[in-house]
Amino acid sequence: MTAADYVFWVFAIVTIVSGAVVVFARSLIYSAFALLFTFFGVAGLYVLLGADFLAATQLLVYVGGILVLLLFGVMLTHRIYDLDLQTEKTQIWSGFFVAVGIFVILVTIALKTEWPTAALAPAPTTAGIGRLFLGEYLLAFEAASVLLLVALIGAAMIVRRKKDA
Amino acid sequence: MIGLSHYLIVSAALFSLGILGLLTRRNAVNVLMSIELILNSANVNLVAFSRFGAGNLDGQVFAVFVIVVAAAEVAVALAIVLTMYRLRRTPNLDDADILKG
Repeated sequence: MTAADYVFWVFAIVTIVSGAVVVFARSLIYSAFALLFTFFGVAGLYVLLGADFLAATQLLVYVGGILVLLLFGVMLTHRIYDLDLQTEKTQIWSGFFVAVGIFVILVTIALKTEWPTAALAPAPTTAGIGRLFLGEYLLAFEAASVLLLVALIGAAMIVRRKKDA
Repeated sequence: MIGLSHYLIVSAALFSLGILGLLTRRNAVNVLMSIELILNSANVNLVAFSRFGAGNLDGQVFAVFVIVVAAAEVAVALAIVLTMYRLRRTPNLDDADILKG
């Protein structure tokens, strides 16, 4: 095994173990902080895959934005002194069987298929992604910006108190 | 040697964990976290195929779009959860049954 292989296993284990903590932790706060490590692990996997721009985006958007937003959600929907935020679980066994079934099917497909093995040499990707955004994917890029604007206005509209209107 | 299938298996594990959380958790914020796990696993797949299969950057562009949609989705979803909490005083999804006939 080369050094890169060890790094892959470290990031894979960090990702999966903290992902399991997100799902199985009894306290919401633990779930939120485990999600932080999952996002870091996925960012590490991006680096190993040679996606430098995407790893930076993952850290900025997920860790800096979405995780903070989720923590706000945790804090605003619970009493803040209630450190022991228990969350109930339901339909454990049926959910467990569905999840294990999906996992077995996906792993079987991943192992049985003959995948191409030729990997690209790692190269900086930011310039290429920028050219694709403003060239081939220009329409989708503009649609995404409209989507973000609509989500911004919509979220502000939904949480607005009616009497302030 | 780490190949494409290793990344696919990590992504499959993350996806299954997300499905499990989606099905078993009753807290709305926790369900949102599970959705983020699922979206991240899809992104790992896209980037892995971009590196090993296609040999171009299209998969990474798709992953950026997934991140954009995830950000928009979590903002709107949290607004809905907060409104639900204000109306019903609970973040529990099973209690949000006003529209149930």
